[in-house]
Amino acid sequence: MSESAKPFLDRYQTFNFVNKRPVIKGNVDVSHGTVLYMEDVSVSFDGFKALNNLSLYIGDGELRCLIGPNGAGKTTLMDVITGKTKPDSGSVYFGQTIDLLQMDESAIAQAGICRKFQKPSVFEKLSVFENLELSIQSDKGTWVTLFATLNGEQRDRIDEVLEIIGMSSLRFQPAGILSHGQKQWLEIGMLLMQEPRVMLVDEPVAGMTHQEIDRTAELLLSLQGKHSVVVVEHDMAFVRSIAKKVTVLHEGSVLMEGTMDEVQNDPRVIQVYLGE
Amino acid sequence: MLLKLLGNDQESRFVLLMLLAVTLIIPLCNLIFSAGSAFYFSAYTVSLIGKYLTFALLALSLDLVWGYCGILVLGQGAFFALGGYAMGMYLMRQIGDRGVYGNPDLPDFMVFLDWKELPWYWSGFESFPFALLMVMVAPAILAFVFGWLTFRSRVTGVYFSIISQALTYALLLSFFRNEMGFGGNNGLTDFKDIIGFSLQSDTVRALLLMGSGMILIAAFMVCQWMIKTRLGRVVTAIRDHESRVRFLGYRVEMFKLWIFVFSAILAGLAGALYVPQVGIINPSEFSPLISLEIVVWVAVGGRGSLYGAIIGAVLVNYSKTVLTGLFPEVWLFTLGAVFILVTIYMPDGLVGLWKRKIGGFKDE
Repeated sequence: MSESAKPFLDRYQTFNFVNKRPVIKGNVDVSHGTVLYMEDVSVSFDGFKALNNLSLYIGDGELRCLIGPNGAGKTTLMDVITGKTKPDSGSVYFGQTIDLLQMDESAIAQAGICRKFQKPSVFEKLSVFENLELSIQSDKGTWVTLFATLNGEQRDRIDEVLEIIGMSSLRFQPAGILSHGQKQWLEIGMLLMQEPRVMLVDEPVAGMTHQEIDRTAELLLSLQGKHSVVVVEHDMAFVRSIAKKVTVLHEGSVLMEGTMDEVQNDPRVIQVYLGE
Repeated sequence: MLLKLLGNDQESRFVLLMLLAVTLIIPLCNLIFSAGSAFYFSAYTVSLIGKYLTFALLALSLDLVWGYCGILVLGQGAFFALGGYAMGMYLMRQIGDRGVYGNPDLPDFMVFLDWKELPWYWSGFESFPFALLMVMVAPAILAFVFGWLTFRSRVTGVYFSIISQALTYALLLSFFRNEMGFGGNNGLTDFKDIIGFSLQSDTVRALLLMGSGMILIAAFMVCQWMIKTRLGRVVTAIRDHESRVRFLGYRVEMFKLWIFVFSAILAGLAGALYVPQVGIINPSEFSPLISLEIVVWVAVGGRGSLYGAIIGAVLVNYSKTVLTGLFPEVWLFTLGAVFILVTIYMPDGLVGLWKRKIGGFKDE
């Protein structure tokens, strides 16, 4: 028997096409209560291991905070989930069946995993309203987009989100004139418009005032249950105010998981943050 | 009705009205008044203006991809020339047996090369509707294949620009070859008729100008409409922040491909209207220099505003006509200087300058 025929004769072999089903939004199989699986994921850039055999599970409807010192791999982790970076090894699954490593950024976004970037990246030439309109959850094919008009329901939804992010009066202003904090809010609004199953939120409160931070915390707390939210943040007071479960990353792997109190009193975490 | 579609953008309205006036008045005056009358426009003026209008359409097509989608195409001339060749092939077939060699089937250059029969890709071009279809299909196919390969591999920015220039240069070299069957370096010329009417007659020239104007107006309005749809906003968003658009779930490469192919079709139409008015199409239309000139027209007018592209194309070409008449050797230097000055001092072109001025008055 030739070497090359072996995989085909292995009776335990399952072929990818057997499991492959078309990805339909809202069709995520979360029967085991977990919406996002990352197992043994490694990413290296020029020999530097940004992620090192990282395994992480996010429950359905959970609000999870990710913390860790600079260079711990928080942003790389988000890049891997959203398809921006392909890992060297490991697997990333959305629900039980959807293999995210087979999909590109737009397909992953369509499937229901959306992201707010660390640096606010709104479309500056477009108005606030138009920024939200582009984010709306709908068919995003070219022909459909050419003839797309907003129906009443979608208009109401945009108005509602404008209300939530407090920008009703700014709706016709170009997004370029907004302040840093307002751009952050607009991005959160764009995230809400997409009605994702999983939201990845990278440093949501950077550049915000205390009142704004409190409002953001309130908003993120109100989202759990309906959406799974993963928040990366450096502001410990903010993390404390929203987190039930915190995951600490260090040098590309999970250092520990637990409540905020457990994490803050853990000697390993203290060492990582404060040095020797 | 026309004005309503354009909304309340005064500058666009103004340019549209000017285009309508030029399209209607010049040909009519040329036909109604006799030479010597103060209202008479000579046949030379008519074909000159007609040429400017096709250049304006070409500039419009580039502005759509460059100004709105941020793809700097340095090979837009390739689509223009392809459209021109498709029209040229039809005009060659119209010559029939009136060529120098009097062969009813073969164009002169094929008889000269001692070819016995028409190559397969020349068949069908005796029919005007087929040629008209090819005018749009040939550039569209080239843009689709080229765009599909580059956009899918995420070739962007200056790399895309250079490859697009290489594309038009490669086409230039291949169209120079006699074996290609497009007349080699002489190209296609000596046209006689279009749909049975002589190209030399005043009426046909006037009608060609009208046709160019009408198609330009139609294309202008379609583009205006398109950039105001959601697709237009997605395209603008791609220009400003491509990767972010992907994370919203749009397949960026499909949008770029769509706009690129559409723009190639417009450029092809421009080429097809250009050829019967100047009476020749040869491989020099593929030269990178022409494609660069188109970029200058759009930059001078103001990229990212459709009417700006039209103004830029007409102004630069008018100066070219005047200057090459007066001092033929300085034209290229002038063009280079204009491009540098515009890039440094008027990044948004004449339109940007105008808008700043208006804005200044409003502030005071």
